Amino acid sequence: MNTYLNKTYIIFDRELKGYFRTPLASIFLLVFLSLSSGMTFFLGRFFERDQADLTAFFSWHPWLFLILMPAIGMRLWAEERRSGTIELLITLPVTNTQLVIGKFMASWIFTLIALILSTPIWITVNYLGDPDNNVIFVSYIGSWLMAGAFLALTSCLSTLTKNQVIAFIISSISGFILIMAGFSLILSAVRSWAPVWITETIGSMSFLSHFSRIQMGVFDLSSLIFFLSMIILCLWINIQLVQIKKAD
Amino acid sequence: MSTKLIDANNLKKSFGNFVAVDNIDLAVNRGEVVGFLGPNGAGKSTTMKMLTGFLEPDSGKILINNIDLKLYPLQAKQLIGYLPEGAPSYSDMEVSEFLSFVGKMRGIDDRNTLNNRLEDMANQINLKDVWNRPIETLSKGFKRRVGIAQALIHDPDILILDEPTDGLDPNQKYEMRNLIKTISKNKAIVISTHILEEVEAVCSRAVIIANGKLLANEKPENLGKNLNQKSVMSILVSNKINSTFSKEIKANFKNNKIEVQTIDNSYCKILIEGDEKSLELNKILTQLKKQKLNVVEAFFVRPSLDEIFRVITQNK
Repeated sequence: MNTYLNKTYIIFDRELKGYFRTPLASIFLLVFLSLSSGMTFFLGRFFERDQADLTAFFSWHPWLFLILMPAIGMRLWAEERRSGTIELLITLPVTNTQLVIGKFMASWIFTLIALILSTPIWITVNYLGDPDNNVIFVSYIGSWLMAGAFLALTSCLSTLTKNQVIAFIISSISGFILIMAGFSLILSAVRSWAPVWITETIGSMSFLSHFSRIQMGVFDLSSLIFFLSMIILCLWINIQLVQIKKAD
Repeated sequence: MSTKLIDANNLKKSFGNFVAVDNIDLAVNRGEVVGFLGPNGAGKSTTMKMLTGFLEPDSGKILINNIDLKLYPLQAKQLIGYLPEGAPSYSDMEVSEFLSFVGKMRGIDDRNTLNNRLEDMANQINLKDVWNRPIETLSKGFKRRVGIAQALIHDPDILILDEPTDGLDPNQKYEMRNLIKTISKNKAIVISTHILEEVEAVCSRAVIIANGKLLANEKPENLGKNLNQKSVMSILVSNKINSTFSKEIKANFKNNKIEVQTIDNSYCKILIEGDEKSLELNKILTQLKKQKLNVVEAFFVRPSLDEIFRVITQNK
């Protein structure tokens, strides 16, 4: 077990350091923090609302993650296949599961670092008022889980192509469908031909609906389980796709 | 229990309707260096990818030191060092970081052991000058050396090297071949190459494949013997040979094909073709002396490995 976790950690360590070896980490963090702050204070009308909460901050996260998570995750497998390092990885004495989990955890922890760097806004709202910090804490957890779901989806889709741009595009489109799954834009396309249970299942998969419930401070176990399940499902599919697509 | 470190039987692999590998057997013992030869698209890389566990064969069995690669892939892969075609690496990593990563992934847990192996690689593969440089800044030759180092870092019993000298300059090729010869004493090594002189220089056995089929599996010096290739004896004489004299010479060697070439005013070359049995040097020299020819030089012109390769891959 120790060796199993050890190799997963070695992969995680290499991948996480890889983000910081290039300007990618700095640019991503700068973009995320700038956009989230800008959207909070200008588009979210943080001061005009005159509410001691971070609704104006968290409500933009699904839309930010729609673009930024594919940007982090698009290279996870597409680059390995393009550069040929997939052949090196698969021939090492390591399982596909260790590879997938190690890489995913690196991207997820990188996202956590970005969220932690945004906590000055939490301190700010506490200085300006008396917010419910439990709600804010749960919202951060929910945001991180939702980011994980986006990343797991992107990681899975990046095994389908050697081109990072294509991986980015299909991940963004898939992410958009999942954000809007509970809305008529998506449901109307399905309702006309699919049985009711399919329409309802798709409707229940809306990232926006689940995250909104978490954001309201309701420690909704079903929403947390939904995001965790999405992560597990996408990673499982990812593991199968690595095996199928490795030699393409 | 078999002493073969690699024992592959009846390997087959298709990609859709394209048969890449068609019923190939390969066995390699400790101390052997097997050269994989074949035209582009012959199935060399596909076979190597199956031996390393990157691809699963459609049928056939692969034993790595008696460990079934399909049933126990992690244990089998532990015994192999692999240099894929193109020597892929993580170009954003420094050389030392990359080799350290591969060493840890190969199971070198102990820090001292890892550091010792890294130092060995730096010295043995001459990587000291580039040790702390990002791999993306290295020349093709150095990248290839880094690739070799990652294959050797854990001192495996089996090495599978896909075109290990590709991109190296002549000096580096020489060093690489010497390295392969040095380490081959205790390992089973399979190398694929397009360079036929490399097979002669380094390999104890040559395997020729084409269109997915194994066509030859011999020592390099024995490769042409089964092909009924004719040998040629080249004799330099310090005589002028006119057309009449040429006809007389040919008349005395009725069982052989004779060609007479004028080199200059003083020398001519006589080429006598036949199988080795008919080319007895003493008899030929005696015959030429009777015809008052002054022999300056005489040697066998054996068919080159290039010619043998061409005959094998184009005729079968």
